[in-house]
Amino acid sequence: MTHLTLNVNGSAQTLELEPDMPLLYALRNHLGLNGAKYGCGLGQCGACTVIVDDQPVFSCLTPCAGLDGKKVRTVESLGTAEHPGPLQQAFIDKQAAQCGYCIAGMLMRAQALLESNPHPDEETIREHMAGNLCRCGTHLRIIEAISLVAGQNGSAP
Amino acid sequence: MKGRFLRSKPLWISAAVVASLGAIGAVVLMWRPAIEPVERPRTFSSEQLQRGARVVEAGDCAVCHTRPGGQHLAGGLPLVTPFGTLYSTNITPDPQTGIGQWSLPAFERAMREGISRDGHFLYPAFPYVHYRRMTAEDIADAYAYLMSGPAVNSPPRENRMNFPMNIRPLVSFWNLLFLHAKPLTPMAQQSDTWNRGRYLVEGPGHCAGCHSPLNLIGAEKSGESLSGGVVDGWEAPSLLGMAHRANAWSNDQLVSYLRAEVVDGHGTAAGPMRPVSLGLAALPVGDAQAIAEYLLSLPANKAITETQDATANAGLSDQSTGALLFASACAGCHAAAAPMREIDGRPSLDRTSALQALHPRNFLKTVLEGIPATPGLPGPVMPPFAASLDNDQLTALATYLRRQARPDQPWTDLSATLEALRQETK
Repeated sequence: MTHLTLNVNGSAQTLELEPDMPLLYALRNHLGLNGAKYGCGLGQCGACTVIVDDQPVFSCLTPCAGLDGKKVRTVESLGTAEHPGPLQQAFIDKQAAQCGYCIAGMLMRAQALLESNPHPDEETIREHMAGNLCRCGTHLRIIEAISLVAGQNGSAP
Repeated sequence: MKGRFLRSKPLWISAAVVASLGAIGAVVLMWRPAIEPVERPRTFSSEQLQRGARVVEAGDCAVCHTRPGGQHLAGGLPLVTPFGTLYSTNITPDPQTGIGQWSLPAFERAMREGISRDGHFLYPAFPYVHYRRMTAEDIADAYAYLMSGPAVNSPPRENRMNFPMNIRPLVSFWNLLFLHAKPLTPMAQQSDTWNRGRYLVEGPGHCAGCHSPLNLIGAEKSGESLSGGVVDGWEAPSLLGMAHRANAWSNDQLVSYLRAEVVDGHGTAAGPMRPVSLGLAALPVGDAQAIAEYLLSLPANKAITETQDATANAGLSDQSTGALLFASACAGCHAAAAPMREIDGRPSLDRTSALQALHPRNFLKTVLEGIPATPGLPGPVMPPFAASLDNDQLTALATYLRRQARPDQPWTDLSATLEALRQETK
């Protein structure tokens, strides 16, 4: 066990952790941030996606050791149930969630794209989101929701 | 005054003669005629089209002439060279933006001489130095296939080449120096398979385009063909002496590797070799077998010996950090007991070519970029770690894994290589 300081959603938290612990476990089990989900544990599904600095990462494969000085953001930073952020609102408006398990990861990967490229076209969105899977098959609504925020009126392909 | 003029007259004349000879020489060197446009031909036999499809696959045409997300063979892929950025051209039969008006002689001239139908010089990123060794039949079959595909109206993107390389006629000087390869004639003392392999490697497959070191003006160094190069940050390893090196290749291993499979003892094709191997997997298995037979017959190049400072013992203190990072980020797939290893039979990492290589480049590139999924195939696939692991962590991880693979020969240039690779991909 060792003391590690994680900067999560704007506040620094010092935790006693095994240094090989993946970030996802620290977020869920130590910080109570249950938005990011455990899907495959292999970096293949994207349900655990969070943003580190400005990049989307699979938190199930990102060791806590080495996050010193980096800013971690989870879906909880985007808004609340009462006051959802613009991207969350678009997901609601387009009814982009079915079971919802993948949605926190989808939101964070999309958020990272919109921060670096506020007006991506649909091809860019599709390419960027390829790392995240939805087993219910709501990908088209997810793309519509992201397109809506990108200012493209979200028309279906 | 008059006397001086008369005396210098011969000099004057010879200067004029030299100038006009120079002008004629320049025209001969740098001017090529346009070949008349033709109506797109459409009558080809289905047998010829099938042969043509295989030639186009063996020539990896689509690897460069299709951009990610773009239409098949419609061009637009950026090729970053030390001299600027080129965009591949549209080789669909669209009359305005593609090659729809090209006759077979125009196509064959492009393939052998690097001249476009309208007479302009093509850049040598288009591997006409290799394609010129192809048979006339194969070129005609490829032409038939390309002319029969869907025409895509997609204007070429403008190249961004630096001065003076943006002046196309200068390519003529490059051609004068490097465009000499003769058509291949089969070697009677070798088997048909070997000769087929040699033809695929030296002709359409243009393996030397990546697997050779380049000189200062971007041509393959003479006498060092297939001895290894660097492409897009990846090491294209030497193809010489593959059967006799430390981590030697067997024929079966090489055939499987060439067909994009995961091979025990070497791993799987990644980076720019991935699309090439997927293309070879679409060809009859005999083609990969022929390539393997030919490549494994090539002797090592004695003149080029790879050396590394073996006295360095860098990074021993990193062992515990490396082990910890492996457990955290890699073990889910790559530990001995991981399902991917136990159920899917994937090889141990320490036996892969990437970890056995003299240089850490391909190991680092694979971890940074991962192996993207191929539509229609269950795998292999690997997530990218560029954003999950920083350079110190990657150095520790590489040091740890290299120690398992080659305890006698630690990598010494990890930090500098990582720094350079990160810069290149920014």
